[in-house]
Amino acid sequence: MKTFSGKVLFLDRSDINTDEIIPAKYLTEITKEALKPYLLEDLTLPGFNNTEDINDKAVIVTRANFGCGSSREHAPWALEVNGINVVIAESFARIFRQNMYNCGMLAIELPEDKIDYLFENYSGKDTSITIDIENDKIIVTSADKSEEIPFKVGEFAKTLVKEGGWVGYADKNY
Amino acid sequence: MGRTIAEKIFDAHRVDMPFSDTHVLKLDRVFCHEITTPIAITDLMARGMDRVFDPTKIKAVIDHVTPAKDSKTAEQGKILRDWAKRHGIKDFFDIGRNGVCHALFPEKGFVRPGYTVIMGDSHTCTHGAFGAFAAGVGTTDLEVGILKGVCAFHAPKTIKFVLNGALKPGVYAKDLILFIIKELTVNGATNKVIEFSGPVVDEMSMESRMTLCNMAIEAGGTCGVCYPDMTTVEYLWEFIKDEFNSKEEALKEYSKWMSDDDATYEKVYEYDVSELEPMVTFGFKPDQVKPVREMAGTKIDQIYIGSCTNGRIEDLRIAASILKDKKISDDVRGIVSPATPAVYSMALKEGIIEIFQDSGFCVTNPTCGACLGMSNGVLAEGESCAATTNRNFNGRMGKGGTVHLMSPATAAASAIEGKITNSPLYKG
Repeated sequence: MKTFSGKVLFLDRSDINTDEIIPAKYLTEITKEALKPYLLEDLTLPGFNNTEDINDKAVIVTRANFGCGSSREHAPWALEVNGINVVIAESFARIFRQNMYNCGMLAIELPEDKIDYLFENYSGKDTSITIDIENDKIIVTSADKSEEIPFKVGEFAKTLVKEGGWVGYADKNY
Repeated sequence: MGRTIAEKIFDAHRVDMPFSDTHVLKLDRVFCHEITTPIAITDLMARGMDRVFDPTKIKAVIDHVTPAKDSKTAEQGKILRDWAKRHGIKDFFDIGRNGVCHALFPEKGFVRPGYTVIMGDSHTCTHGAFGAFAAGVGTTDLEVGILKGVCAFHAPKTIKFVLNGALKPGVYAKDLILFIIKELTVNGATNKVIEFSGPVVDEMSMESRMTLCNMAIEAGGTCGVCYPDMTTVEYLWEFIKDEFNSKEEALKEYSKWMSDDDATYEKVYEYDVSELEPMVTFGFKPDQVKPVREMAGTKIDQIYIGSCTNGRIEDLRIAASILKDKKISDDVRGIVSPATPAVYSMALKEGIIEIFQDSGFCVTNPTCGACLGMSNGVLAEGESCAATTNRNFNGRMGKGGTVHLMSPATAAASAIEGKITNSPLYKG
């Protein structure tokens, strides 16, 4: 199982699409590692710099409809090779969310007020998040506080994340 | 209790329900192209699982970058080509016979009412026009599809559009779907199936229905669906005539893939679209839509007519009817990509290719081309394109470029004017 813990990258925008996560011109790459420098290259977000802000981050917290657009699994792969295995958002596009689970990564949906709360209290600070998948808890920590927020993902998603992905599960069961 | 078409297809294809939120469905078709499939193939090979569940149900094409533009795209094509050969996948379409997947596969009769279809391409929802459940998936789902012939989905929730009235001359399926996405927003149909119904859809050709369903994903939809009817049977007849004694018999069989009158919907939208105007996008999201009238005069640098949304013969005919005996503006570059070889041949025979060339358009081979900025027709920084494609994301056709989505009629008229303008076919 992958690890789900580390520093947080806050992306304060809805509808961040797959072309922004990884532009199509890099879809000619045939290894995941080759995608590493290009993550979020086309994201236009005031104050965001993809060559500096991604370093050492392991978790993304963002708004609604993250990963909309293309089916390209290169989008979660580009996160994965940068060490980001968790995205926490108000909602996800269906294909992107399933791609995350299929790769054994975690896409966690929280209600809008919880996402607002995280942005208001933790954005702009040195914040870390650890996911306790056994107890369905997000543990969020900054210099001055630490707290737990409960979350829920579907049983299928959880099983795929624990078993490391869909190919192994499907080969065993079907 | 009544069931929707998606619920009926799920019931007929379910092989397992390992969890309460998970339906594992048997697949009738797994479609493949050279961008998302080669990495699935190499992963399966690395796992020692270089197998396919049924070579007759897998169809593959090289369409996104063709001819190959560099060593990497040549390698992607080679991996797909070698794999198709190795596993006896007979329906593999290489250069000279290839075309944009969502135009080519329907043309070959590969999709039928009631089918389950996946492909590693978000616009797979196009095939719902035939009354199928067709969904775009990532590479891992594709791998499992290739290996086991199954895919997992949540239970389908359906929203229904009842489209009444009649579209004005010069207003098309593209204008209608842009209007619908504006109403739904880019997130409005996430995890849902969208049914398109009503007199307006009943009157539509299969080409127009494909245009509608193609953009369901732009509202987040898993699949767009139209009910199978005599138009569906006529389109498929060449491929199904040995299975049925008459078209009426085929229609009766396919009619079982209709939603029941008392089916449960999450929401039903009903519109009279008789006053709908030609529509166009602004900004970088497909729900940022305005009437063309409000965007008239917006300068453009390139026109692109093609793609899985609007590169079919119907689209080329409409554009050519506007371009005939006219020249496009010296200030714009025009590119047209017939979606398939059959579309290209028809356009040649009908004199449409000549009209495009005489007007100043560059006619390319069938390919996805400029649509996703991977192939020919990429924009430079700060340039804009009037396009019949489906997605206007920031930098979609090239870093720093802007895309305005519109119908082929609006694109052709805009090419002549060198700026966004309503088509002369539009009777406002």
